[in-house]
Amino acid sequence: MTLIKRRDLLAGGAALASLPLLGRAAQAAPLGVGFVYVGPVGDHGWTYAHDVGRKNLEAALGDKIKTSFVENVAEGPDSERVLRQLAKAGNGMIFTTSFGYMNPTIKVAKQFKKVKFEHATGYKRSKNVATYNARFYQGRAVCGTIAGHMSKTGVAGYIASFPIPEVVMGINAFTLAARKVNPNFKTRVLWVSTWYDPAKEADAAKALIDQGADIISQHTDSPAALQACEQRGLHAFGQASDMSAFAPNAHLTAIANNWGKYYVERVGQALDGSWASGDTWWGMKEDIVQMTPYSKAVPEAARKAADAVRDGITAGTWDPFQGPITDNKGKSRLGAGKALGDGDLHKMDWYVAGVES
Amino acid sequence: MTPEITIAILMTVVGASTPILLAALGELVVEKSGVLNLGLEGMMLIGAVAAFAVAATTGSAWLGALVAMLAGAAAALIFGVLTLTLTANQVATGLALTIFGVGVSSLVGAPFVGMTVEGLGTLFPESLADDAWGRILFGHNPLAYVSLLAVVLVVWFLNRSRAGLILRAVGESDEAAHSIGYSVIGVRYLAVLFGGAMAGLAGSCYSLVLTPLWADQLTAGRGWIALALVVFASWRPWRLFLGAYLFGGVMTLELHAKAAGLSLLEPEFLAMLPYLATIAVLTIISLRRSGARAGAPACLAKPFRASA
Repeated sequence: MTLIKRRDLLAGGAALASLPLLGRAAQAAPLGVGFVYVGPVGDHGWTYAHDVGRKNLEAALGDKIKTSFVENVAEGPDSERVLRQLAKAGNGMIFTTSFGYMNPTIKVAKQFKKVKFEHATGYKRSKNVATYNARFYQGRAVCGTIAGHMSKTGVAGYIASFPIPEVVMGINAFTLAARKVNPNFKTRVLWVSTWYDPAKEADAAKALIDQGADIISQHTDSPAALQACEQRGLHAFGQASDMSAFAPNAHLTAIANNWGKYYVERVGQALDGSWASGDTWWGMKEDIVQMTPYSKAVPEAARKAADAVRDGITAGTWDPFQGPITDNKGKSRLGAGKALGDGDLHKMDWYVAGVES
Repeated sequence: MTPEITIAILMTVVGASTPILLAALGELVVEKSGVLNLGLEGMMLIGAVAAFAVAATTGSAWLGALVAMLAGAAAALIFGVLTLTLTANQVATGLALTIFGVGVSSLVGAPFVGMTVEGLGTLFPESLADDAWGRILFGHNPLAYVSLLAVVLVVWFLNRSRAGLILRAVGESDEAAHSIGYSVIGVRYLAVLFGGAMAGLAGSCYSLVLTPLWADQLTAGRGWIALALVVFASWRPWRLFLGAYLFGGVMTLELHAKAAGLSLLEPEFLAMLPYLATIAVLTIISLRRSGARAGAPACLAKPFRASA
């Protein structure tokens, strides 16, 4: 009779556990790529778009990589634990897809120097932390063009979350484009101090409509405002992905985020050894910012004008922030023929003429 | 301000106030029986997701509202077993119920993200809500009328009915009520179940009326406003009714003032106003010497163990 000691069991277990590792090492081990999401993959918005990008990555690079994701990770201390786990699990590359992961990403990256980190929408970088973002304001210019054509009252309502540069440049790009069509166009901004509060967003849309706006744009995440417009028989733009399922008549188009292209390029660089930290801000030219199909409510003239803006931005011949630009206090901000640099955009804290905030 | 806008604002105020009123009314009865259930937000979310799931699967919004009440009551039952039978700490259990509600509603709701349902619609035929007065009287969502009826019924129940008297006795002096033969735990169970059902119905108001869609944390913290409202109203149903419309009015007028280009106060300040008002009322209550006891039930949040 053999006595099986606990120590033998442990040793045996360890040996067994290491077997799959040996097996993997024998082939060229696939690069583990981890994704950290702030919301559920089914949010039909921000996180959903990132997960589509992850699937594109898998389709493009096949068995050279192995992806995994963790969803609903709260920004802050909890994310640090998740990041550390992903790094320990052997991932060679980790994408952290929300602004609030910035400090945890930098911190964990210091401890795992061999892991390459990519942080979306942040501004802190290090040797193994790169940052990336998309020029969503380009899509706002397309929406603004459509709004300029379609609004009868000449007043758009804009449901905005917080006055950070990202949101401010969207409001400005939207208004500048709309005023190219209708010089008297006004954008009435309603700050709701939240990214997500469906009931409040719906009430905000109603308030804007009652005060004369007949088209709604939003920089908050729920489709509630679209539903409010659907009930009132008015139109609105979706946020972050096609939201037409929620409001088939009201939804005109939405700005969609096509992260896949960036993910394929960066992971490819990691595989061939050419990856380096840096900051990437891609837009329509790189096909990372896309417009979802226009609904049939968009008239032919607006459709053509919107396509012209989109194609112009893609070709680099149409700049949403082309001078001259005057702010809403009457001060000249940019001379004729000049363009705003990325640095100016990143710290934008003023509104163009026509914005009522 | 044109009459059109005034009516539109009024309609929005009623919409925003109704779920707060429903949830707070349930909590008021719970607290009158001497139990503090801080799980309102969780029970509202469970009600909201249950209503949406049922309405999306069966196509009947009314059935959804009914199931929301049952689901809210079921969540309250968990709270009841823990705090009443097992005498666990009510504050901790209530907070846990909220966190549980957030998680379970997200889990149940996951397959329903991105769907829409036909909401509850209106109670009266549209021809009645044709002109201005018609809209004000008949144009609201069905739950708004339910909430008004509920206020009247709760006032009658607490002040005029024998059962209401027993409930208040249990909340004011559990030992005395027990010694003359009333089942303290039994009464409290019924109150907690009622509170859960009302919170569930309040939750369904979001997923079936205000924003007929499902998304995580749909109620976005309204349960906490309802909790504050009970204190704000110093446990009186009529004051609760006024308070609900005051809170709903402030939330709506804030948006309208901003949309009209008036910025009276910072939005962040307005967001904290309901809680600030509650603190102010609490301060006033405790400053009034005679009124110090007038508000809160004496046995609030005190666990009861039957002696012999």
